[in-house]
Amino acid sequence: MSEIKTVGVAGSGTMGAGIAIVAARAGYKTIVFDTRQAALDSARKQTAGFFAKSVERKKLTQDQVDKIMGDLSGTTSLADMAACDIVIEAVFESLKVKHELFSELNKVCPQTTLFASNTSTLSITEIAGGSGRDDRFVGMHFCLPAQLMKLVEMSPGIRTTDATFQRAWAFSKAMGQTPVKTKDNPGFILNYFLVPFNNDAIRLVESGVAAPADVDRAIKTGLGYPLGPLELLDMVGLDTQLLLCEALYGITHDPRAACPPLVKRMIAAGHLGRKSGQGFFNYSGNAMFGG
Amino acid sequence: MTYHILHTGNSRSFPGAHALHEKAGADLNAADVIIVTGADVGKHAASLSQWKDKTAVLLELGTECLGVYAGESRGVEGSNVLGFARFRLGEGDPSNLVELVRQPRSSEAAISAATQVFEGAGLKVAVCGDFAGRIIDRLVRPYYNAALRRLDEQLASADDLDTTLRLGLGYPEGPIALLERTGLAHHFDVTQAMFDAYGETAYVPARRARVAKQSSKK
Ligand SMILES: NC(=O)c1ccc[n+]([C@@H]2O[C@H](COP(=O)([O-])OP(=O)(O)OC[C@H]3O[C@@H](n4cnc5c(N)ncnc54)[C@H](O)[C@@H]3O)[C@@H](O)[C@H]2O)c1
Repeated sequence: MSEIKTVGVAGSGTMGAGIAIVAARAGYKTIVFDTRQAALDSARKQTAGFFAKSVERKKLTQDQVDKIMGDLSGTTSLADMAACDIVIEAVFESLKVKHELFSELNKVCPQTTLFASNTSTLSITEIAGGSGRDDRFVGMHFCLPAQLMKLVEMSPGIRTTDATFQRAWAFSKAMGQTPVKTKDNPGFILNYFLVPFNNDAIRLVESGVAAPADVDRAIKTGLGYPLGPLELLDMVGLDTQLLLCEALYGITHDPRAACPPLVKRMIAAGHLGRKSGQGFFNYSGNAMFGG
Repeated sequence: MTYHILHTGNSRSFPGAHALHEKAGADLNAADVIIVTGADVGKHAASLSQWKDKTAVLLELGTECLGVYAGESRGVEGSNVLGFARFRLGEGDPSNLVELVRQPRSSEAAISAATQVFEGAGLKVAVCGDFAGRIIDRLVRPYYNAALRRLDEQLASADDLDTTLRLGLGYPEGPIALLERTGLAHHFDVTQAMFDAYGETAYVPARRARVAKQSSKK
């Protein structure tokens, strides 16, 4: 079992940028691959800003940050991934895009390189099936924001070997993360429970049982949750919730995973959540309405 | 705002001493608000018409609807009579949340008086319609049933299920530990009552809850 020294991250979007921070901060040489230079540039800028705050908050010294930023590089050339001992994929949530990427990576990377996917809703076994190395493939689902959240849901596909899983598990721990093992199941643990739970909250509002502020207050006070489901949905975005529902319901046909009609009406009205200034709550002037 | 409390047997919402009791007045006739606590509030149902002039009459509810006592008619029911329950999981302590149950035409003055009384006793209020399970049970019972079923299906170990929901969503406790602490048999009772009310499979008690209920009877 060769030691992991160099980490590849494919996709420099929201998740890829965060995962790259986690790997580089843990001392790994980290190479981020994206097809768009603009995505790499914007992630590097955000990463520099993130580490500047870490210095301000005295979590890291400037010397440490200089070393981390020196170990972190970006590339638009897939061939550069040949240096990686593991590649964590965080590109668009499309089986076709992921298959194409992994079959290219399979040609470029050494046989010992592990492949991992950060997919939220697709099957690890199905993605691995198009990778050319389904025995050295594992699910590694980080949480948003990856640079702050310790949890990683790790799932073996049907053909993943024990050695592969153990190697990826040890690597996850070495990065300072808290891995949990879950079956290769739609939505793994987190989304499997969260998406229907949030839909149920939307249905309470939709059917006039309670107003959004009352639902959130009940859940926060009654159960001690840090966020109410409707303010959480406003953060996630109603358009993202629709995509999650479509993906989960498409596989499970669980009625609770079906997207409530109110979500589609809100999207049509431009009420996407925080990012559009209006969701279940109003965010104009940055003040949270309701609460 | 003055209020008077009538006790009718064991109260799930206020099982012990509470600030709400300390601030209560002794004189029912002089009170603006009457609060009826306990498991047998129905015994005052006949008095509701005599209390029409009170700002609010608040009845503690179990799993039943307020309409059982306050009556219903053509979707336009509502008066000064409201329901309430302090959310509490099984044998756990009652939370600080009061679910305040209204009907379509409930008096706004009654809602505002009830909110003032409960908040004055350090509680928080969420207003909801008169539906079985109110707010929290509607949301958590399907989730607890799903967690118990997925444990049976070995999606993950109990510890990993709990850890994921704690770390991933900041929940104070994972579902399995929480149900163990507060009583699986109690979860059975609540979710069975909701299944009876809605007939939706999400409320069907999970196998582990049924087993706990059956073994508690032995
Ligand atoms: N956003 C979340 O909350 C979240 C949480 C956990 C997991 N995920 C999963 O992570 C993955 C990425 O999500 P995101 O929110 O970061 O998406 P994103 O849209 O922010 O980023 C995707 C990035 O991938 C790049 N990309 C697309 N195709 C590529 C290819 N063939 N090769 C290299 N780069 C490519 C894009 O240019 C883009 O920069 C998805 O599978 C998603 O399901 C998302």
